[in-house]
Amino acid sequence: MASATWSLTKLDIDAVSGALDRLLKATGAHSAMVVDRSGQLVTVAGQPVEFDTTSFATLAAADFSANDQLARLIGEADFTSLAHEGENESLYFVDVAHRLLLVVLFDKQTTLAIVRMLAPSVAAELAVIFNSALTRDHDNSVGGFGVLHGAEKEIDRLFS
Amino acid sequence: MSMINYASREINCKIVYYGPGLGGKTTNLENIYGKVKPDTRGKLISLATETERTLFFDFLPVDLGTIRGFKTRFHLYTVPGQVYYNASRKLILKNVDGIVFVADSQVERMEANIESMQNLYDNMAEYGYDLTKIPFVVQYNKRDLPNAASLSDLQAALNPGWEVTDPALQHVTPDPYHAGENLVDQLPTGEWVERAPYFEAVAISGEGVFDTLKAVSKRVLKALA
Repeated sequence: MASATWSLTKLDIDAVSGALDRLLKATGAHSAMVVDRSGQLVTVAGQPVEFDTTSFATLAAADFSANDQLARLIGEADFTSLAHEGENESLYFVDVAHRLLLVVLFDKQTTLAIVRMLAPSVAAELAVIFNSALTRDHDNSVGGFGVLHGAEKEIDRLFS
Repeated sequence: MSMINYASREINCKIVYYGPGLGGKTTNLENIYGKVKPDTRGKLISLATETERTLFFDFLPVDLGTIRGFKTRFHLYTVPGQVYYNASRKLILKNVDGIVFVADSQVERMEANIESMQNLYDNMAEYGYDLTKIPFVVQYNKRDLPNAASLSDLQAALNPGWEVTDPALQHVTPDPYHAGENLVDQLPTGEWVERAPYFEAVAISGEGVFDTLKAVSKRVLKALA
């Protein structure tokens, strides 16, 4: 099989959002999001963003993955973080459990140094949450796979 | 890897359009973008060269409907077809849920098709993915061209089938898209084989584009059911 399914419950998302909110408060960054390394947006916290978050998530994951490959070319196992600094807006990416990315969006109200210092511990906290979700689905002990179980006829109807 | 988000009530899946350069992968996405309702799709993003050849990938998110209260969101990607962009192709394949192989039907492109199909198998294997076990469909594009190879030649070269060893799966399975043909069948030698569903297409006019998309999406969702 190419890849299994994994699911996030509302409790998972609430825990992630709580961690992101604490990070935003501690750093003064205005928004943060978690993106699956395959490019899917998991959640966004902080000030509402005005850009297309779906496109953003895809490009962020691709950007990070491309940099991962650059790391390998120069003999590093990976780059665990990545920063983009703009005139007004900046981004800081941190790996989460090799499966996701924490992306912090900030402006001149804070500095890269503070974000860089505080984001890794939140990424570690998120890793615990996501590892738990991934393991749970792997064990199939919670209804992560259940949503489409037995839905063959509904799927047929959707594409008829 | 499909992700089910119970908070936003979404099922997110990743489909990759693979195939040789200039075969019509980007055209498939452009056609989908142009024909689906604007409220069911996002932006079409192309990371392309100045000559509009795909450099990294094209990306189009589309919603294909709701099942059991969950919105089904499909993220469609293309890969760059040129041989030398293999690093990019491999990256895009990561965590893929379904694959469309877009073959160029022109006789002159047969070698390029075969090389790309082999490259797909190789890249999937490097991730530990088994192409015979994930939703996979083949699209024969450019069927309108006078130099298009015959379907039987294309099927023999690109979709000859893989052996079915599990006795539980060794039963004739009709091809729902082609009357009188089977997806799983027994050869005269006694060996059971399965082929990927295939579609004829003229992507530039939209012919076969949605049939292909529907088929792969349906197989992706059924893999979750």
